[in-house]
Amino acid sequence: MTARKRAHARRSADRAGGRAAHRQELLRDMVRIRRFEELCVELYSAGEIRGFVHLCIGEEAVSVGVLRALTQDDAVVTTYREHGHALARGIPAETVLAEMLGRITGCSRGRGGSMHLFDTGRRFYGGHGIVAGGLPVAAGLALADNLRDDGHLACCLFGDGAFAEGEFHETANLAALWELPLLLVCENNLYAMGTPLAREHAQIDLAARAASYGMVAWAVDGMDVLAVERATRRAAEIVREGHGPCFLELRTYRFRAHSMYDPDLYRDKAEVERWRHRDPITTLARRMHARPCARRWPPTTGSSSWARTSDATAAPSG
Amino acid sequence: MGEDVGRYGGAFGVSLGLLDEFGPDRVRDTPLSESAFVGAGIGAAIAGMRPIVEIMTVNFSLLALDQILNNAATLLHMSGGQVAVPLVIRMTTGAGRQLAAQHSHSLEGWYAHIPGIRVLAPATVADARHMLAPALADPDPVVIFEHGSLYNASGSPEPDGAPADLDSAAVRRSGTAVSLITYGGSLGKVLEAAERLAADGIDAEVVDLRTLRPLDDDTVIGSVRRTHRAVVADEGWRTGGISAEIAARIAEQAFYDLDAPVERVCAAEVPVPYAHQLEEAALPQVAGILAAVRRAVG
Repeated sequence: MTARKRAHARRSADRAGGRAAHRQELLRDMVRIRRFEELCVELYSAGEIRGFVHLCIGEEAVSVGVLRALTQDDAVVTTYREHGHALARGIPAETVLAEMLGRITGCSRGRGGSMHLFDTGRRFYGGHGIVAGGLPVAAGLALADNLRDDGHLACCLFGDGAFAEGEFHETANLAALWELPLLLVCENNLYAMGTPLAREHAQIDLAARAASYGMVAWAVDGMDVLAVERATRRAAEIVREGHGPCFLELRTYRFRAHSMYDPDLYRDKAEVERWRHRDPITTLARRMHARPCARRWPPTTGSSSWARTSDATAAPSG
Repeated sequence: MGEDVGRYGGAFGVSLGLLDEFGPDRVRDTPLSESAFVGAGIGAAIAGMRPIVEIMTVNFSLLALDQILNNAATLLHMSGGQVAVPLVIRMTTGAGRQLAAQHSHSLEGWYAHIPGIRVLAPATVADARHMLAPALADPDPVVIFEHGSLYNASGSPEPDGAPADLDSAAVRRSGTAVSLITYGGSLGKVLEAAERLAADGIDAEVVDLRTLRPLDDDTVIGSVRRTHRAVVADEGWRTGGISAEIAARIAEQAFYDLDAPVERVCAAEVPVPYAHQLEEAALPQVAGILAAVRRAVG
C-alpha cells in the first residue's frame, strides 16, 4: 500500500469514526430528552410539577436535529412544548427541572414554569404559550441581526396549529419582504391540540403554502434525526446567504397526549402504535446497528429523590 | 417603524422628513400587519435595539394586543428578569373628529391595566416633545397615547429642553375648591371649565395625570387633601375605566378628606356615533364637567 493510499484509508476511517461518534451523540441527546420527559411524567404524577406540561416524547429528532445544526450565536424562539429544545440547546437539565418545580434556581427563576424556559446566555428566548406568538418576536431578533450584519440568524420553532394563525402569515410575509435571516421550523405533529391537520387546514401541504411567500420551503421526515439535522444545516446556509427566510416542515408525531390534562380521546390508538414503529430513537439505533446504549438518565438511584434535592442545580450523581 | 411612517410621513405627519434624514434602515414602512411589526419591535428591542413602533391608531392596536400584553409586558417577568424589552410604541387615541365607532376609541385605560408597561398620555406640546427621549431610555416597554385632536396644537417647546419626568402628574392650574383630574385630550376642556368656574368664584385645581401607569398617587391625593372634592374627566367609557381607578384610589387613600362623593365625567356607554351632535353628546364636554363640579361643591 502506497503512502497515499494509506492516508486515504486513514481519512476514510476517521470520517467513518467521526460519523459514528456523531450519531452516538445524537442518539444520546434524544435518549436524554426522552428520559427527562419520562421523569416529568413521574414528577407530575407525584404532584411535584403543576400547571400545563407538554411533552415532546416522539418528537426528539426535531429537538436534537434542529438545535444541533445551529450555532451558539443564533437566536432561538420556541413554543410551550420546548423541554427538548431547551435541553438540546444546552440548558442544563437541572435548571430546566428546577424551573418546573418552581424554584429560584430554575432557568427562569421559577417565574415561567414548563412553558416559559429562558436562557439568554444561550440566546434561548422562550418558551411561548400563545400559539404563533413567538414568530413576530423571532422576526425582530432577525431584524436586529440583519441591521448589524452579524451573520447570525433567528430560528423560530412552532407547530402546525400556529400555521393557522395570522401571526404566522404576517411574520412570513414581513420576513420575506425584508429579507430577514429567519429560519422558520414548523414542527408538524399532525394535531393542533386535538384537531387533526386536515380538519384545520384547507391545504395540508404547509411547505407549499410557505413557499408562496417567496421563500425556500420544503418538508422533511421529522422522525429521522439525520434528515432533520441535514435539512436544518442546509436551510441555515440558505438563510445566511442573505436572501431572506427559509421554511422547514418537519413531519413528526407526539406519542403522548397534548398535555398532562389531555385524556387523548381524539386519536385512534392504532394510529399512535403505527407511529411508534417510527420512533426516532429506535430508528437511529437500528441504522447504527446498535441497541440504544445510553444508560438510564437521570441515574437510576431514585430520580424523584434526586429532583427533590434541595440544591436542584447540583449535578446528578450516581 | 410602522404603517406609512416613511414615504408617506406618517398618517398624521408625525414622522414627516425622517426617512430622508435617517434612511430606510431606521425608518421602516411596514405591511398592514400590526401583530408582526409590533412583535418585530419587541424582538429587536430584546436584541438591544431601541425601536419606536408607531401604530396608526389605538383602534388597530387591538390587532397587536397579543404582542403588547403577552410578550412586551410579560417577557421580563416570566424570564426571571433576563429578557428586557426597551420598546416604545406610539399611537393615536381618542374621538371628536367624526370618525365614527371604529376609529374613536380611548383605550389607554385598558392599557393602564397591564403591569409591565408604562403608559403615557401627553396633553401639551412640551410633553409630546420631551416624553419621547426618556421613554426611549426606559429599559421597559412604554406606550404613548397621542390624542388625535392635539396634533394641530401649536407651541414652541425648547428644542434641547430637559427630558420630561415620566413619574409625575402635573398641576396645570392651582386652586382650592375642587380637584379636576384628567389627562390627554380632555385637559383643554377641563382647563376651559376651570376658567369658567373661576368667573363664578369657584377656584378649581387641575391635575394632568400625564402618566397613566404607574399613576402618581402623591400628586392626585395631595390635591384632593387640599380641596376635599374631586371630579375625574376622561374620554374612556365609564365602566371599569381609568376614572374608576382614580376614584377608587381617592376612596382608599383620602376618604376622610372628602367633603363630597367623587364625580366622574366619561364617555357615554355607546359606540361613538358619527353625526356631529351625537358625537358631542357622547363625549365629555365642558358643560358636563361644570355640572359635575357644581354637584361636588354643592
